[in-house]
Amino acid sequence: MSTKASRSAARLMISPAVILLLMWMIVPLVMTVYFSFLRYNLLSPGATPWAGWDNYYWFFTDPSFKDAIWNTLALVGGILLITVIGGIGFALLLDKPMFGTGVIRIMVIAPFFVMPTVSALVWKNMFFNPVNGIFGNIATSLGFQPIDFFAEIPLLSIIFIVSWMWLPFATLILLTALQSLDQEQLEAAEMDGANWGNRFWFIMLPHLARAITVVILIQTIFLLSVFAEILVTTNGGPGTATTNLTYLIYVSSLLQFDVGMGSAGGVIAIILANIVAIFLMRMIGKNLDA
Amino acid sequence: MARAISTKRKSVNTAIAGTLGFLMFFPILWILILSFKTEEDAIRAPLQILFDSGWTLDSFAAVQARSDYFKHFSNSVIISVGSTLIGLMIAIPAAWSMAFVPSKNTKNVLMWMLSTKMLPPVGVLVPIYLIFRDTGLLDSRFGLTIVLTLMNLPIIVWMLYTYFKEIPGEILEAARMDGASLREEVLYVLTPMAIPGMASTVLLNIILAWNEAFWTLNLTAAKAAPLTAFIASYSSPEGLFYAKLSAASIMAIAPILIMGWFSQKQLVRGLTFGAVK
Repeated sequence: MSTKASRSAARLMISPAVILLLMWMIVPLVMTVYFSFLRYNLLSPGATPWAGWDNYYWFFTDPSFKDAIWNTLALVGGILLITVIGGIGFALLLDKPMFGTGVIRIMVIAPFFVMPTVSALVWKNMFFNPVNGIFGNIATSLGFQPIDFFAEIPLLSIIFIVSWMWLPFATLILLTALQSLDQEQLEAAEMDGANWGNRFWFIMLPHLARAITVVILIQTIFLLSVFAEILVTTNGGPGTATTNLTYLIYVSSLLQFDVGMGSAGGVIAIILANIVAIFLMRMIGKNLDA
Repeated sequence: MARAISTKRKSVNTAIAGTLGFLMFFPILWILILSFKTEEDAIRAPLQILFDSGWTLDSFAAVQARSDYFKHFSNSVIISVGSTLIGLMIAIPAAWSMAFVPSKNTKNVLMWMLSTKMLPPVGVLVPIYLIFRDTGLLDSRFGLTIVLTLMNLPIIVWMLYTYFKEIPGEILEAARMDGASLREEVLYVLTPMAIPGMASTVLLNIILAWNEAFWTLNLTAAKAAPLTAFIASYSSPEGLFYAKLSAASIMAIAPILIMGWFSQKQLVRGLTFGAVK
């Protein structure tokens, strides 16, 4: 039983973490919201008059905003589709008995540990480059015209690169979930004459449902913030073809020095992320009680 | 009922999974090969690179000579290890108190801490950038270490909390009955038992900090740039650079690949905040 003394000691011990996180969360957040209502550009020093909802108005009516939202959705949706379906496939495969399980698993998981700038540049140069890249080489030697990936299918190329990095994450989590499945249940179903498709659909998939949801939610939060991969490959282009919301805010705040507009974008990004976060938090919270 | 699985079926599984695994791993393998080639060889056709070219260590030397690679490498080490250690010092007491002296608010505090992790970094880019500019923290290792500490603090607290929870409270009580002070209890009883959990927390956190590529790209220029930002400078190439890019990349990802292999299991726990075990 905890005494009164240990309880106040406990409060003392938790306070540094709470105070620091409170500052880290509240101070910049308040500043972002405040800036978003100012006409504030770093290039024109002097007064920063109140601008009301102007920044939001300009941000919403900027044609690149519509592109950015669309690109963000396509990016997140495309990557989720690839990684979840691929992850289920990989997890089912790696769960089977085979030789050298450890080595194979390591090879599949490795891309997750590669830093974003490295994976983006390696795919861009060594694979996607139409002249020197491997894909270009294969196409040329088979007599086809090589594809200039970042000029012709820029968004798909980025979806491909980011999926390569996140497929291992989905695989790892789904595999962990799959391994907690009761084998006897599967064998019982098999003896009752359920074929593989039935066993997958009625036993494995429901068992994985929770893990799949977690993968989707966590990845969405990270994927809304994809940045480095775009910065080092396309710089958001050609045009705005690969500009997502995160990149658009970076452009207006740090390249065009428009603090007000960048902050308005920031507020929008926070609201978007929070919609996803609410669902994720609810799931984690439920698990905490159990 | 356990059934014997035929060697033939096992071989088929191995062949399919091995092929797919190899394809996933291939880009890493490929830059490993290219890093030992000359720039002239590195842009030849793939088959020529594999079977018709020599091996050399020149690229590694060139990367160091061209841009003081080691400085950026040590920046990465200092920032990721530093942020992890500071984070640990703040998180251990917090996790300890939540795990062993829980109050009715504990769950709310935990959830709130986690919710700070959901804040998209770009949402606070402008204020952090301006604060850093005005306090001279831009392009400093200290500033970056602080940001990464705060960014990963919720994960550290959360992971430690789940590990501490698994330690039976009776053992701590017994120590207390034997007259151990709070400090001794934490230092000599709890810490040794929690070392495996702490080790995996440290590993995961170093991995996350090492690969972090939003703040490192936006808050550093040259002096404090860790490897993530340094490698990004290869995005505007001058002349031949495939072999050098490969050498720089291999050195940048090798330490983390090795750590990652050791912490696969804990990774799931840390990255899903205990929602999948």
